[in-house]
Amino acid sequence: MKNNSMVWLIVMIVGAALLGLRWTLASHGFGKAYVKVSQETRYRIPSTKDYPTDEPIDRWVNKAGADKQNFDVTTLPPASVQTRVTTEDTTYAEYVKAEGQGGANSNTAPGADRYEFSLSRTVGIWFAAFMTLFVMTFLVGDNPMYKVAESIFIGVSAGYWMVVGFWTTLVPNLFAKIWPSIIRDWAMPGLSSYGTHEWLYLIPLILGIMLLWRLAPKGGWISRWPMAFIIGVFCGLRLITFLAADFVSQIRSGIIPLWVKVPQLAADGTVLHDAAGNVVTGFSFWDSLRNVFLVVGVLTCLVYFFFSIEHKGVVGKTARVGIWFLMITFGAAFGYTVMGRIALLAIRFEFLFDDWLWLIDPKMHHTIVAPTSMILPFFGLG
Amino acid sequence: MKRNVPLLVAIIAGFVMIVAYFIPYSESWGEIVLVWFDIIASIAFILGGGNLLKIQLKKISERGPGWGYAVITAASFLIMLTIGLLKVGVPPHESYMHMPWSGSYNAPGSPFLWLYEYAFKPLQATIFAMLAFYVASAAFRAFRAKNVEAFLLLGTAFIILLGRTAAGPYLTNWFPDSVAGLRAQPLSEYLMQVFNTAGSRAIMIGIALGTASVSLKILLGIDRSYLGSGDE
Repeated sequence: MKNNSMVWLIVMIVGAALLGLRWTLASHGFGKAYVKVSQETRYRIPSTKDYPTDEPIDRWVNKAGADKQNFDVTTLPPASVQTRVTTEDTTYAEYVKAEGQGGANSNTAPGADRYEFSLSRTVGIWFAAFMTLFVMTFLVGDNPMYKVAESIFIGVSAGYWMVVGFWTTLVPNLFAKIWPSIIRDWAMPGLSSYGTHEWLYLIPLILGIMLLWRLAPKGGWISRWPMAFIIGVFCGLRLITFLAADFVSQIRSGIIPLWVKVPQLAADGTVLHDAAGNVVTGFSFWDSLRNVFLVVGVLTCLVYFFFSIEHKGVVGKTARVGIWFLMITFGAAFGYTVMGRIALLAIRFEFLFDDWLWLIDPKMHHTIVAPTSMILPFFGLG
Repeated sequence: MKRNVPLLVAIIAGFVMIVAYFIPYSESWGEIVLVWFDIIASIAFILGGGNLLKIQLKKISERGPGWGYAVITAASFLIMLTIGLLKVGVPPHESYMHMPWSGSYNAPGSPFLWLYEYAFKPLQATIFAMLAFYVASAAFRAFRAKNVEAFLLLGTAFIILLGRTAAGPYLTNWFPDSVAGLRAQPLSEYLMQVFNTAGSRAIMIGIALGTASVSLKILLGIDRSYLGSGDE
């Protein structure tokens, strides 16, 4: 066995042993998820009041909704009465409270809310925890666990974006425009029944099919048409938005006074006024210096970006000052990027230690014991 | 047909967007074209997914190195896609319980949301979080304060990091009030508000000019590189 494999084997055995120890010796386990299960009876009633301009469409409402429309639900046939079950996340602490003497789970009446252990969500937490650890193993080096996590991520993310694109764009913006009644009866009951076929939308559909032609072994040029459309729209849009939102607005924001006057304050903090009632203003050195830095910074950076003149002499020196400003900007961007990533990492560690291992409990979701003894269960002492 | 029509399509689509901005009467044209753009972009996701599947299936059929990972990728892709498109386990909308497809594809409790919550989200967050280590390690190896520029970059990053963590106030709050502006937090804020704003503003102006010129070159047919070089 290679040294590398031996190291991984030892790491996995130690990890499994620690998990086993944590599982067997801790009083309440860990990595478990709980849900609150609620039930509600709903009634199918013909609704005409909510959509006066549309054709009437049957809607399901709860008792309060039926009462609001003065509808007698006792006249409905059994097929028009259903119980809808909903689940929502809850915490171990809430579950223990519900299980306790006089808690919510002691109410055995039909339809009462119940707090239950959720197998699917528990499996989810364990799966997410292992995926997190698998990705983190890449810090040691490339390995099969990381590759598995990476493969899952690629597949899942590609599938996710396809599904989102289909249900949020293609169905409401394309199919619902071309075949409104079919889509209304199938997946979008809220769609107006007065919508007509907008055959103009066959154009993006045809362009989309042409785009998919790229997957075919021959005739790749066919996909140039939709690609050209995408590029054309993008160029037109960006040309306008960048000039309007960035170019003009940034120049406007950059034209600021270099000699800044601010209202003068009295000893008690109130704004001073002269005899005529006008606000008394005075020169502010720091605000002026700030604006000078801003204007000089923008101008020198722009000089550095201007390559039509050789960067020599005065231009060269000015450009060098511009580089200094840019270096500070890049340093700030770097600092912010690192901070953002560290914040993400902290969230992942919080997930591992809080949601999965139950070793910490900042949100008091599963701590029944005193916070000082939070670490003890790991060693079987909790 | 192969080059002139796409050129014309790009020019017309681009100028419709420009005209729609300047002429209120044609505003709706721009809106329609934008919806078309969204539709074709969504179909591009299908193209991406199809291409991914094509590559993975090729790897599997050739039994090349790492084909097992291709199986995992293809399987996770197909599972996510099937569950999402068919709305597996999605309850109907509460107001239209007689219509099984009326529920949202990412309804609470649905398998699609489960995969999003417990596979997609943690994997994405962890992969991005790993960049913290790589960025820090790359910075450690590459950053050397050899000249003024490097010193400014390194110093600013250090001050920003200090100012945004608990270590900043802890290390610099003893500075006397007369030089309170040099404490980590106010100093990092000043750097952000003044120097960083100036640099970012110039960069944004540069980007805007660059984007406008490239867009114009494409819309006027001067730059045709997006059409490719050959017939295919």
